[in-house]
Amino acid sequence: MTAQPAYNFAYLDEQTKRMIRRAILKAIAIPGYQVPFASREMPMPYGWGTGGIQVTAAVLGPDDVLKVIDQGADDTTNAVSIRAFFVKTANVATTTRTTQATIIQTRHRIPETPLTASQILVYQVPIPEPLRFLEPRETETRRMHALADYGLMHVKLYEDISRHGHVATTYAYPVKVDGRYVTDPSPTPKFDNPKMSDCAALQLFGAGREKRIYAIPPHTKVVSLDFEDHPFERTRFDAPCGLCGATGIYLDEVVMDDAGTRLHVCSDTDHCMTRREAGFTGSEGAVAP
Amino acid sequence: MTPIHQPLLSARTLTHLYGHRVGCIDVDLDLYEGEVLAVVGESGSGKSTQLSLLSAQMEPTSGAVAYRMTDGVTRDLVALSQAERRFLMRTDWGFVHQDARDGLHMGVSAGGNVGERLMAVGWRHYGDIRAKASDWLGRVEIDESRIDDFPTQFSGGMRQRLQIAKTLVTQPRLVFMDEPTGGLDVSVQARLLDLLRGLVTDLGLAAVVVTHDLAVARLLSSRMMVMRGGRVIEHGLTDQLLDDPREPYTQLLVSSILQA
Repeated sequence: MTAQPAYNFAYLDEQTKRMIRRAILKAIAIPGYQVPFASREMPMPYGWGTGGIQVTAAVLGPDDVLKVIDQGADDTTNAVSIRAFFVKTANVATTTRTTQATIIQTRHRIPETPLTASQILVYQVPIPEPLRFLEPRETETRRMHALADYGLMHVKLYEDISRHGHVATTYAYPVKVDGRYVTDPSPTPKFDNPKMSDCAALQLFGAGREKRIYAIPPHTKVVSLDFEDHPFERTRFDAPCGLCGATGIYLDEVVMDDAGTRLHVCSDTDHCMTRREAGFTGSEGAVAP
Repeated sequence: MTPIHQPLLSARTLTHLYGHRVGCIDVDLDLYEGEVLAVVGESGSGKSTQLSLLSAQMEPTSGAVAYRMTDGVTRDLVALSQAERRFLMRTDWGFVHQDARDGLHMGVSAGGNVGERLMAVGWRHYGDIRAKASDWLGRVEIDESRIDDFPTQFSGGMRQRLQIAKTLVTQPRLVFMDEPTGGLDVSVQARLLDLLRGLVTDLGLAAVVVTHDLAVARLLSSRMMVMRGGRVIEHGLTDQLLDDPREPYTQLLVSSILQA
């Protein structure tokens, strides 16, 4: 037997990775189904993306190029520390460019640039069960999934419409995957829901605390639940991005001063930077640094 | 056409034992379309056990329950898959609980509660669901302006009526009721019974009503069954049985009603 290094590639030991890969394979085989797995303690608290990190660690190879985003940004604390974690434990190349990455771990957003067949998108999921707030019993929600008993899910949308006049759920908007399992894309904004459908990349979801993995295989049909007379609508923004002038993308609203002046900017920082480098500017007239 | 002489629900030598203790023993019954059967008896006489067995919520120790499905085929309930049983429960059957809390989602508006069964069977048009819910609230005498209120804001009697609306909205053929008027004061009980009687006749519902209240049995049911110690001790037409009870225990029951 050869001597083992003190730390294994990408932090997790090989047995753990095999266990997680097995769960991932099962998840891919049954699109949208939540596969239980023996989630490990990670060197960071639950809620920081322990599920996503375990999935990434299990699929990561030495040649992969990793991108990590929190909201849409590459430069927030969570994204920076997870990227640093994999640089330290796996010594992989990292990037902020969506087009260069082979694995993208995300907390909320799906990048604006369309993904390709050579990419894997890994989601960090806090609560994988879409029925959780309607039916607190895990035994019961599992049975409901097994019997495709999803009337309750529409009750939630009904309640939204009766209270607000429209479906007020803007994130974690429930979807039906491959015509079978109702799945929580949590906590992705509903703006990104249409991107999940027929996506060329493999989408993997990891929930560390809840110990569940689920998947949307490439080119799988994903439908956002709705009513015939209240069809699913993407979030729309009135203003273009103040930095790069982009429209039809997801924007963050930033409060600029004490007078409450607001600026809308791209949530996807890479998308914004790429456009600015290409010479686009918004109302702020900012050029690429 | 299905032959009318075939019962909708029938049980043969239905027995359930809780270990050594008796739930109910050797219950035979036939229930036809549009017929209301009352099951009366004191606490612990096996009424609720029987209701759970008939509604396929529990499996009998021995004996069988058969139900004539909407396609006219009579099937053994034990042999049904879980999915089929659940489908039956939310379409062709209804269950009215004694405590409305068990039958309602307390955190969901009245309209959402009534609409749930519709959405469960595939209704996907908000306007239609709301119109139907509103119609049913009217039928159980709840003001339609309260469609967006929560059951927590309703009185006990209103909650019970809401539960009834929720149960009947999919037009079931068979409804199980477990002490539907329990815990309500007498004037509210009277109104509820009146409403139930009207709905049962209008819709031609078959129903099994478990109650310890003989007045409920007399008002609602056409036939009645008296249970004691897990066995059916007397069975017959409600009026006949109440006016001329044969068994000493039934005589005791009937005579213990306070004459107002």
